[in-house]
Amino acid sequence: ADIISTVEFNYSGDLLATGDKGGRVVIFQREQENKSRPHSRGEYNVYSTFQSHEAEFDYLKSLEIEEKINKIRWLPQQNAAHFLLSTNDKTIKLWKISERDKRAEGYNLKDEDGRLRDPFTITALRVPILKPMDLMVEASPRRIFANAHTYHINSISVNSDHETYLSADDLRINLWHLEITDRSFNIVDIKPANMEELTEVITAAEFHPHHCNVFVYSSSKGTIRLCDMRSSALCDRHSKFFEEPEDPSSRSFFSEIISSISDVKFSHSGRYMMTRDYLSVKVWDLNMENRPVETYQVHEYLRSKLCSLYENDCIFDKFECCWNGSDSAIMTGSYNNFFRMFDRNTRRDITLEASRESSKPRAILKPRKVCTGGKRKKDEISVDSLDFNKKILHTAWHPMENIIAVAATNNLYIFQDKIN
Amino acid sequence: QEKETLSPERAEEAKLKAKYPTLAQKPGGSDFLMKRLQKGQKYFDSGDYNMAEAKMKNKQLPSAGPDKNLVTGDHIPTPQDLPQRKPSLLTSKLAG
Repeated sequence: ADIISTVEFNYSGDLLATGDKGGRVVIFQREQENKSRPHSRGEYNVYSTFQSHEAEFDYLKSLEIEEKINKIRWLPQQNAAHFLLSTNDKTIKLWKISERDKRAEGYNLKDEDGRLRDPFTITALRVPILKPMDLMVEASPRRIFANAHTYHINSISVNSDHETYLSADDLRINLWHLEITDRSFNIVDIKPANMEELTEVITAAEFHPHHCNVFVYSSSKGTIRLCDMRSSALCDRHSKFFEEPEDPSSRSFFSEIISSISDVKFSHSGRYMMTRDYLSVKVWDLNMENRPVETYQVHEYLRSKLCSLYENDCIFDKFECCWNGSDSAIMTGSYNNFFRMFDRNTRRDITLEASRESSKPRAILKPRKVCTGGKRKKDEISVDSLDFNKKILHTAWHPMENIIAVAATNNLYIFQDKIN
Repeated sequence: QEKETLSPERAEEAKLKAKYPTLAQKPGGSDFLMKRLQKGQKYFDSGDYNMAEAKMKNKQLPSAGPDKNLVTGDHIPTPQDLPQRKPSLLTSKLAG
């Protein structure tokens, strides 16, 4: 099993897609309620597996193009088939996943093995009949959107118009139509004329969930820009600029690096957005640009470890964050296979662990605690004992229920609320 | 002059500067971002890439017998790396 690089529920939550470093996509489907097996309600089983991307070679730059799937985004379901977009660093693909549970038998021109029959031996005609067969799930690439990005794609986002989507790389954002693969519009370009003047890159981008003309993009300097496509074709000038003022006296070598936003997500309501930087998660009100309305510390104890985290490159880890269906809670990952959940109403937070030892089926997860001070209590773990190789970068929350998917390196954990 | 206690971030910065005194003054500057834009392993050319890929694939198969003299895909061979040329069975009529 390869390292999981993205996790995403579809709009109904019945399907859960994961992408991995080897370019494969695995889709899980939730089991239907079954009276004969009451405990199997809510279990996700493998539905489809396919190779989405392969490694390629960029001949012009002599660089390898990784097949790792950076992001998967589902399209809203319009018919019996399911569609999703998956992307690696350079190419976005639209995949159709469809079921086949019937097959035709009794062809005239070929026999049951598929061999062609000699037409001269056919003396009578028959009408083929549809017979049920074992369910087969097929994935086929319907569109390939290539050659539009010089730099590495970090985000894709389907628009609420269900016709267009955006793709963002380090310096540019392109707008695509789902039906058209040979053209895309560039809507944001922050590449300076002189690359020596480069000061920031785009780290994430997302369309507003309801307003199809609005999108946001975050930067490596900790800022978010909201753009309105109605105001101009090229959205280099933002409509809103979100930045938290920084205390200049506390600025250090690490300040800019840890302020880099690794993920930005609109709330389901469309009123708020959430950003993840290295040490915290911030909730912003779209109507207030000068500071976030809520800030949650994910692992503040790491502030006194920044030197070693810079040396082992962990300071550059890109954590994602997600909202629950009602926007009342948020979740993000940390190290040591820990992940954190914050209740926005009660302001309570919890740290949980995704590991085999603490996750027996149907066992209740025990809250974990990191000890920052001198005296370590019995069940606590000290900061120096944390395993920084066990990072939870990708998490997803079911759109309606309290079911979460947590990717811990090459393992996928699915947790749900206790069923009474 | 009052001695201020350093914030944890500043203390970490001091540690880093002590270890790497030549570290650039402007951390978020061009060098660091340029390195980010240039992510990915660079190869000499497509031939080098394909040889490296073939070697990766072969590593996963049971090896027939590693030929230690075989030098491809990793680095440009030097005369010392190349296998000795076996002497011909037929001696050249030109020699002696």
